[in-house]
Amino acid sequence: MNLYLYLIPLLPFVGFLINGLLGRRLPKALVSTVALAAPLAGFLVVLRAAMLAWPGNTSGPLAITLPYTENFGGSWINAGPLHVDFTFALDQLTLVMLLIITGVGFLIHIYSVGYMSHEEGYWRYFAYLNLFLFFMSVLVLAENFLLMFVGWEGVGLASYLLIGFYFDKKSAADAGKKAFVVNRIGDFGFLLGMFLLLAQFGSLSFGSIGSSLAANPALQGGILTAIALCLVVGACGKSAQIPLYVWLPDAMEGPTPVSALIHAATMVTAGVYMIARTHAIFDRSPFALAVVAIIGAATALFAATIGLVQTDIKRVLAYSTISQLGYMFLGCGVAAYSAAIFHLMTHAFFKALLFLAAGSVIHGLSGEQDMRNMGGLRKKLPITFWTMTAGVLAISGIFPFAGFFSKDADLYDAFEHGASGKAIWFVGLVAAGLTSFYMFRLWYLTFFGESRAETQTSAVNDNSHSTLHTSHSVHESPWSMLAPLVILALLSIGGGWIGMKHFGDFLAPVVGAVVDPEKEPGGETFDYFLSVVAVAVAALGWFIAHLFYFRKNDRAAKLAAAMSGVHSLLANKYWIDELYNFIFVRPLKAISTFILGWIGEGVIIRGSTWLLGGIVMLTGELLRRWQSGNLRSYAAWLAAGAAVLILFAGYAITDTWLGAHGIDIHINWAGR
Amino acid sequence: MHVPSSWYLILSALLFTLGVVGFLIKRNLITVFMSIELMLNAVNLSFVTFGHMWRATGQAAIDHHIAERGQIFVFFVMMVAAAEAAVGLAIIIAIFRARGTLNVDQIDLMKL
Repeated sequence: MNLYLYLIPLLPFVGFLINGLLGRRLPKALVSTVALAAPLAGFLVVLRAAMLAWPGNTSGPLAITLPYTENFGGSWINAGPLHVDFTFALDQLTLVMLLIITGVGFLIHIYSVGYMSHEEGYWRYFAYLNLFLFFMSVLVLAENFLLMFVGWEGVGLASYLLIGFYFDKKSAADAGKKAFVVNRIGDFGFLLGMFLLLAQFGSLSFGSIGSSLAANPALQGGILTAIALCLVVGACGKSAQIPLYVWLPDAMEGPTPVSALIHAATMVTAGVYMIARTHAIFDRSPFALAVVAIIGAATALFAATIGLVQTDIKRVLAYSTISQLGYMFLGCGVAAYSAAIFHLMTHAFFKALLFLAAGSVIHGLSGEQDMRNMGGLRKKLPITFWTMTAGVLAISGIFPFAGFFSKDADLYDAFEHGASGKAIWFVGLVAAGLTSFYMFRLWYLTFFGESRAETQTSAVNDNSHSTLHTSHSVHESPWSMLAPLVILALLSIGGGWIGMKHFGDFLAPVVGAVVDPEKEPGGETFDYFLSVVAVAVAALGWFIAHLFYFRKNDRAAKLAAAMSGVHSLLANKYWIDELYNFIFVRPLKAISTFILGWIGEGVIIRGSTWLLGGIVMLTGELLRRWQSGNLRSYAAWLAAGAAVLILFAGYAITDTWLGAHGIDIHINWAGR
Repeated sequence: MHVPSSWYLILSALLFTLGVVGFLIKRNLITVFMSIELMLNAVNLSFVTFGHMWRATGQAAIDHHIAERGQIFVFFVMMVAAAEAAVGLAIIIAIFRARGTLNVDQIDLMKL
């Protein structure tokens, strides 16, 4: 039975080619049709594969047993010991990822039709979006590291193109460059990891590396730690973890649906996917796992604290994305891969929802992104309000919304992970409280209280979005935007009810069994107890946000004034950008200016041309004097040349070359 | 009396040197021209001498052509020298008519 896996990446690629090459001349409706058909068809192929491969469907004639692989064109790269196949593989993990990518991707495509309808470069936008889907599905379908790397780089490219979509705006172009460069640092780690893998296992295939590991139970730590740490560097770059998170907040320069699809739901989770995919290596290296857990917990807390004081609605969501990705890393770090993937899935639902709802608010306010100029939008944007409420409740981990189940699973698995796990659990819990606070702060500032839009001069932030609307009438978004919001809201409400146990059992063949509360000390009761604690902390965050922001009051301002040092530290994002600028960017710039400007351009390029020109001019000057026009001087030079030739012939050639060949032409003075 | 080959060669070298020196130091174009003839004939003399030497070594018995080559070359040189003399003298006459002088230091039209 064939699953036609190749169609999943191929269809968006065809969409990209059509829209990218011809889109400028095609009517808008046709561009939208092509752009929407690609992910929809991909989603249907994935759905069909999911139904055929469903765990219950083992007896039917059409049943597929996972993992299922498709190879195209035999061997892809065959060079000496290096052997890489062009192979796609489908297992439970890939299936979950594909459902998210094509499903959420399709919803965001629909949303984009409404959101981008007035934009220049409509066709270009959809071409890039389809290109992204192509690379993202290659990334998750790949059966070896190299093919995965192709997708990995490709999504980086698509991300760069879409962040810099408004490329005539300098900040957007710079943000795209920053994302690309920071990701390149991570990719460097990924590449080193691949080289080490090749050196150790002689293969890049997930399957053969897995079986080599299984056949070698004694192989622990050492080289595996090195490989795992290199891969973690790659994952940190793509998934915006400390210390490589700095590109993600700036990536908000892109159109909002792009932030939802690429910088929240799918691409940034590639790092988490990669760790889950290669968990066999991480399982053998407790040190690397601890590093992942610490990075995750630190990022979750760090980004959440920055999120507390941001005033740009998209930036709050960006920091919350970084923080939630930290949770996924934390889950991976305590070897709870299925919990991490579970959180990845629910996060894809509610964070896509939050971004799209924020986009709807921005759309309704004609490009306003600053929450200080919002307020009182509950009545004016009712559907956006209610769907966003679902998203806020979900991300805050309020029962029974999706985020509660997945975050609870992450934190519970962390708690059960030895003594260090308790500390990580506590950090995660604090971050959960902060998350709840800043999300409800966003909620109150945007939708409650009086409208502040009139009082402020409308400082327009969002791209060119504003110029095409009249700036006074607040309006609810069209249904092409609201329908995806409603579907994602339903998923955010119900998505967690699959339950960690079922989800974990489904993924168990790929990433190993989950921690079973019934077998742990304390049993399920203790699990419930931790859940209650988590919800209580989330409710506390909500309560404080309510006190500060529900009605107009100066409590927040007073607190900020009382702790002005902390406030400015947070508002300036710990000066990390400035620090990086000082430590890395400026020295690098100075060195490159020196090497390129002075040595490269000055010495090598300019110097060599000057040298060549100088030699020619000098020789010309000498030769010019030589050619005097005096016949007798020519004759003298001729005679001198002949004399030199004779000397040369008499000594050099005669003695060496001719002598070596047994020819003697010496003049015999005493001869006959 | 048997005259050794080297004497002919030394004479040839002396004649050639005289030709070169004359070519270099004389200013009259006709004298320069005569110096060239002198060099050509010095070369002719060595050709003849070498041809004679080849015959005397006995190697000529193996290859008849080698022995005659020197003498044949002399005929070539004489023929070219005759042609050159005709053309060269015509040019000299033309130059004298045009410039009114045969001093080579004043004939430097080809200078850049």
